Amino acid sequence: MAVNRYRLLGLLAAISALVLVLWLSLAMGSKDVDFAALWPAITAYDGSPEHVIIHDLRLPRTVTGVVVGIALGLSGALIQALTRNPLADPGILGVNAGAGFFVVLGVALFGVTSIQEYIWFAFAGAVVATVAVYFIGSRGRGGATPLRLTLAGVALGAVLGGISSGITLLRPAVFDSMRSWSAGTLSNRTWEIFTTVAPFILVGTVIALAMARPLNAMAMGDDTARSLGANIVRTRAWTIVSVTLLCGAATAAAGPIGFVGLMVPHVARWIVGPDQRWILAYTLVLSPVLLLVSDILGRLILRPGEMQVGIITAFVGAPVLIWLIRRRKVSSL
Amino acid sequence: MRTDLATPVQRAPVINFGRRTVAIRRFGGRVSLRVDVRTLVVTAVLLAAALALAVVALGLGEFSVAVPDVVSALLGQSSGAVNMVVVEWRLPRVLLALLLGAAMGVSGAIFQSLTRNALGSPDVIGFNTGAYTGALVVILLMGGGYFAVSAGALVGGLVTAALVYLFAYKKGIQGFRLIIAGIAVSAMLASVNTFMILKASLEQAMSAAVWGAGSLNKITWEQVLPVVVVFAVLLAVLSLYGRRLGLLEMGDDAARALGVRLEGSRLVLAVVGVALTAMVTAAAGPIAFVSLAAPQLARRLTRSASVGMVPSAAMGAFLLVASDIVAQNLFAPIQLPVGVVTVSIGGCYLVWLLAREVKRQ
Repeated sequence: MAVNRYRLLGLLAAISALVLVLWLSLAMGSKDVDFAALWPAITAYDGSPEHVIIHDLRLPRTVTGVVVGIALGLSGALIQALTRNPLADPGILGVNAGAGFFVVLGVALFGVTSIQEYIWFAFAGAVVATVAVYFIGSRGRGGATPLRLTLAGVALGAVLGGISSGITLLRPAVFDSMRSWSAGTLSNRTWEIFTTVAPFILVGTVIALAMARPLNAMAMGDDTARSLGANIVRTRAWTIVSVTLLCGAATAAAGPIGFVGLMVPHVARWIVGPDQRWILAYTLVLSPVLLLVSDILGRLILRPGEMQVGIITAFVGAPVLIWLIRRRKVSSL
Repeated sequence: MRTDLATPVQRAPVINFGRRTVAIRRFGGRVSLRVDVRTLVVTAVLLAAALALAVVALGLGEFSVAVPDVVSALLGQSSGAVNMVVVEWRLPRVLLALLLGAAMGVSGAIFQSLTRNALGSPDVIGFNTGAYTGALVVILLMGGGYFAVSAGALVGGLVTAALVYLFAYKKGIQGFRLIIAGIAVSAMLASVNTFMILKASLEQAMSAAVWGAGSLNKITWEQVLPVVVVFAVLLAVLSLYGRRLGLLEMGDDAARALGVRLEGSRLVLAVVGVALTAMVTAAAGPIAFVSLAAPQLARRLTRSASVGMVPSAAMGAFLLVASDIVAQNLFAPIQLPVGVVTVSIGGCYLVWLLAREVKRQ
């Protein structure tokens, strides 16, 4: 019980950090606004330039950042638990490559140009890639074993990535749109984008949290899990559904953002140990913190310009990761 | 249980003597080699196929040359346009494809054998990402030529590998810590690369991306010689240490009992493996997947238990020459970087591998 109290206190600390980061994300940027003006801008919107910045630009960007962060972190935690591979992240199931491939097709064949149109191509690509990986990986009697899923993801990701880069290198215009998409950014996110992806992320999150207990049983190996009464096939299938929804929606909303899904679950595991319920809870809170901090830094570094959040996440996360592996015994799965 | 013990034996029992081998002994036993027949045949066939493809590749292109003319040009019996096209323009590229393919096959075999993992590769320590960073700095910030880019890639790759090693070092190296440090450093460098590509002009970014995919375009004789020299030196080192790989694969204890000095042999082999990759990257950019796929394909064709370096080299050469033909001619006259083709072929190979495993169950 004492241990659980510490875990709970830690979670509360993480939540307060998230709240603080939320306010900072509204206040800081190319034009700093007064903290006092934040609340009125949301509750009593009067159309002044300051209120427009907060209400119409930074608020949708911040909430999109929160849901995208949650989606990336949770999907990473689920994939790591499912494949029992500590190095797994959304990229390893071919999600980013699938989304990128469809966006390339969209740009090259249908002349898609705006973010609003990218979303649907990216989402469709992510879904198609994950489903394909699952089917390639789960044929035969053994079902979707961790190794086969990983291999299938790497293989499909490589093929799609190869074809994508073939197309982009042949057509400079496509290359130009893809290089800005592939950096991953939260700038210019509107309420429309948020409302488009939020329902998918909500459903994905609910399924993810429901999978915590069965995944705990699965961590002990398939045979033990079966004897503990877990339904392995069903757990895997639902986990993949959740991962597809989360990754697809996140990638559609912000482009491929690396490292959040890889790193946050590791940090959570180092703090709370192997219980998936706690890992998922911590991941849920810490991922948006990492993403928003990175986004704020990206806004401040090149003022008045911006650096894409996908570029910052690695620079914020990697030193932490290196510090952690040097400091502690590495947690295995 | 059979009880009719009195029944006379009908046929002589078939005794399995294992795989057929040929032994070579020369100079009073100082040179002694036992070669597996199937491995020998497979390697010979692969080499022959690679050379045949190379001849075909020499004839293909905007100015096509018939195979007999290619052969006579190679033998130095032709002059003028045919000699110019075949020997001066196309031969360096095809030769380099053969050499680099072989180098990647060997490097992949070394790493897969050392890590006892079919997915083992020098990429684990972030070499290729670092090499790309180095090359990008030279291409975008300094605007250097081929050799400057090669030097940049070499420096970038080696510095990255050293950094990862340092970050992971804490009273010795632990495999898992090395991998995580490699991922962390690679992720940071990858985002630097993305940023540089974003900030560059479209034209420069495209040429950098072509380099990043791995390309054999614009290869001339000038670039072949350094590769030949470096490759020869590395192979000489490898001929001394290569046979220990098989012993290392038996596990640390068995290898030690058989008289292998573990850490020293591992370090030399890993350095040679990284050096081979560095050579390929410097010459043609980070060409993906050949070092991953070649040893595994060769292992399956020779039906042996472990990855062999010589068959892997033959397979690598064959794969790269074949991929380069596809890359040059698929969308002719536009030439794809060969790395785009090897990635696609490698991915298809992995899918095939999975499908085969399903069938076996």
